[in-house]
Amino acid sequence: MAHSSSYEPSSGIEKWIDARLPVPRLMYDQFLAFPTPRNLNYWWTFGGILSFMLVSQIATGVVLAMHYVATPTNAFDSVEHIMRDVNWGWLLRYTHAVGASMFFLAAYIHTFRGLYYGSYKAPREVLWILGVLILFLMIATAFMGYSLVWGQMSFWAVTVITNLFSSLDAVIPGLGTRLVQWIWGGFAVGGPTLTRLYSLHYLFPFVIAGVVVLHVWALHIPGNNNPTGIDVKSARDTVPFHPYYTIKDGFALVLFAVLFAGFVFYAPNLLGHPDNYIPANPLQTPQHIVPEWYFLPFYAILRAIPNKLFGVATLMGAIVVLFFVPWLDTSRVRSTSYRPIYKWFFWAFVVTCLVLGYLGSQPPEGIYLVLGRIFTAYYFLFFLLVMPVVGWIEKPKALPGSITESVLGPEKSSPASPQPAPRRRTPEPAL
Amino acid sequence: MADTTHITPAQFPLPDEDEPSRRDVIMIAAGGFAAAGLGLGLWPLLDQMNPDQSALSMATTEVDLTHVEAGQAITVMWRGKPIFIRHRTDKEIEEAKAVPIDDLPDPIARNANLPDDAPATDENRAGKDRESWLVMIGICTHLGCIPKGQAIGDPKGDYDGWFCPCHGSQYDSAGRVRKGPAPQNMAIPPYTLVSDTKVKIG
Repeated sequence: MAHSSSYEPSSGIEKWIDARLPVPRLMYDQFLAFPTPRNLNYWWTFGGILSFMLVSQIATGVVLAMHYVATPTNAFDSVEHIMRDVNWGWLLRYTHAVGASMFFLAAYIHTFRGLYYGSYKAPREVLWILGVLILFLMIATAFMGYSLVWGQMSFWAVTVITNLFSSLDAVIPGLGTRLVQWIWGGFAVGGPTLTRLYSLHYLFPFVIAGVVVLHVWALHIPGNNNPTGIDVKSARDTVPFHPYYTIKDGFALVLFAVLFAGFVFYAPNLLGHPDNYIPANPLQTPQHIVPEWYFLPFYAILRAIPNKLFGVATLMGAIVVLFFVPWLDTSRVRSTSYRPIYKWFFWAFVVTCLVLGYLGSQPPEGIYLVLGRIFTAYYFLFFLLVMPVVGWIEKPKALPGSITESVLGPEKSSPASPQPAPRRRTPEPAL
Repeated sequence: MADTTHITPAQFPLPDEDEPSRRDVIMIAAGGFAAAGLGLGLWPLLDQMNPDQSALSMATTEVDLTHVEAGQAITVMWRGKPIFIRHRTDKEIEEAKAVPIDDLPDPIARNANLPDDAPATDENRAGKDRESWLVMIGICTHLGCIPKGQAIGDPKGDYDGWFCPCHGSQYDSAGRVRKGPAPQNMAIPPYTLVSDTKVKIG
């Protein structure tokens, strides 16, 4: 793609394949030899972690689907059957359920990393937009998956979220109601709703996988951004992806897997809600319904708005605004490390998201509602006001001359050559 | 970046390639550890397809034989399989006893209640001390069809037993294969005759 191919088929069979379907060449150029900035930090390892999580979710999900029954009378019992009777069923289900949380944790860190280092700025706008699209698909997939358990929280989550669409009645009377009945396949959440949620929950991960391929493709055209945000200027600024970043990503993945396994084996229900172990009851809403932790900030935003249609629009806007970030940010430099003013607003935004998450878990009354409105306002002001204005007025700090210089210090009279491996035979860099 | 070339791993060979280095040891250890982890992680994904605890717990079935007269047969379910229970007539028993073992395509009893090498005599096929009863898994040993011969009017083949409609295997009145592609006698499940009128399968 963006760099000239250095693949040399050695054996006869490799040459034969290379002339017909050069997949080995593609894999070698893009995932082994791919020139990667030499200064990537551990925040860059979450792309690999996310790939692992997608595979893990699909593998456990396909297997769970072999035992799950998508009917209102059997869904809940079939989940308990998986937990008690199916060989390793408890492990597979907990890995899938905790996996959803881990997937979002990694995706949010990945997104904040992109925001901090300006990875959305030209020429990576499409890369960013595809990423936001993946996040949006993940939200839809996770919501549908949660509904399949058909516990009390599942059932009322489906009821509440599908009813969001009824807000369109305020635009065209009757439109929202018709739309919601179309989604339900009836006049309330029921059997037809469950089977279509199940069908789409199985489909969406493969759509995500497809968009991930485009996301990686879009990444490999300009190559990685890096902590300095400056472009790669020479081959000395890069190291081949393998072994340098396969090892680094692998190490980070192991640490992440320890956290993941810690939840699966020691606290598998910590991130879930106990009410979802009560079978769905269409006649009784739980006292206090909350979504999974990864939706809490959005839930707080929804509840901050006292108007139904406007609340739903704000909820959608909280994600849609991310699509426009590449054009909202007017800064001349990418990395927030070189932005003395914006830095404070950025960290305030991170805190805002965490506080909104907390507020989303609290009852929507009194001080929680007031705070919810304040932080919702900042959430949008950050994108719509801070990004354009601060980028305009701020004077960025001096950037290093190159990525290599940012690692090794300013260039001396004898230019330091990259030293990726301590012992090597040929001293000259491969230029 | 289209104009840049880059460093490939091949350009960093180790100083002495014959001598194993610390890096080689670490690579093999890490690779082996990762392979073991992959295997361990894969096992639950495969083992989940094996019969689960609820399937294994359906281990026994009790059947009341009070109303099964000589010459009649019933079919019951055990672990999702049809179990043929035939109350044999004296004629059927005599026919089965008259056959020399050497004439049978499968000389093994295939009786889960007996040793694996028990010969396929009628005594070893029929119920212990109750030779009029034959309890057997009603699945053709060729490719798993259910042979005809249970209902009145069914074809019973040339040996007063069962006839498989799929590929023409024929079984005698002791459920032993006599003709056709089936390789084995129909299997006898583990069972006990609890009383004169009750059998417990499994």
